[in-house]
Amino acid sequence: MPEKATLIVHSGDMDKVYSALIIGNGALSMGMEVSMYFTFWGLQRLKKGSLEKGPLSKMNFGGLGKWMIQRKMKKANVASLEKLFQDYLELGGKILACDMTMEIMGVKKEDLRDDWISEYCAVGTYVKEARESNLTLFI
Amino acid sequence: MAEIKVNCVNETCPVPLVETRKALRKASPGDIVVVTGTHPTSKKEIPMAVEAMGLEVLSQEEKKGVWTIKIKK
Repeated sequence: MPEKATLIVHSGDMDKVYSALIIGNGALSMGMEVSMYFTFWGLQRLKKGSLEKGPLSKMNFGGLGKWMIQRKMKKANVASLEKLFQDYLELGGKILACDMTMEIMGVKKEDLRDDWISEYCAVGTYVKEARESNLTLFI
Repeated sequence: MAEIKVNCVNETCPVPLVETRKALRKASPGDIVVVTGTHPTSKKEIPMAVEAMGLEVLSQEEKKGVWTIKIKK
């Protein structure tokens, strides 16, 4: 059985979503199976048209910091979150959405990129998968 | 046996690694995947990924900052 990585994406900050997707893609590229659990602020990024909308976790300065970082990323030819997400799905990565977050934040299935999500779940599914994983992270 | 070319010149982390994996998934056993790129760390990490998947790096060379890695599926 292949090794497994299980990531919780709790943050909706742009830089942290980048970290999560880069690690997820890296693990898939190294031959692991990967599941990413989107919860709380992370889940907000799965809303239609919201993937790139997160602020910077530090020095956002009302969006100015984010704009500057994005300019530097463009110069360095860093892939967009959209591309990383598509690559992640193409390599067989799984996306799971926390249904409790959906309930408390009033997020409906039709608000989300349902085509990306393979399962709506709660903590039990995460723990079951995490306990058989070789790598698990909370981002 | 086909030769599949992957051009990752000027791409940065994690694109060379991801594009290599995408090509290897699509390749048939026996096919050769040839990756070229400029991102220095990927030159080191692509062979690590190849080894982790139990595949073989046939050759590796670098000319003027552009590296080429040949992988057999």
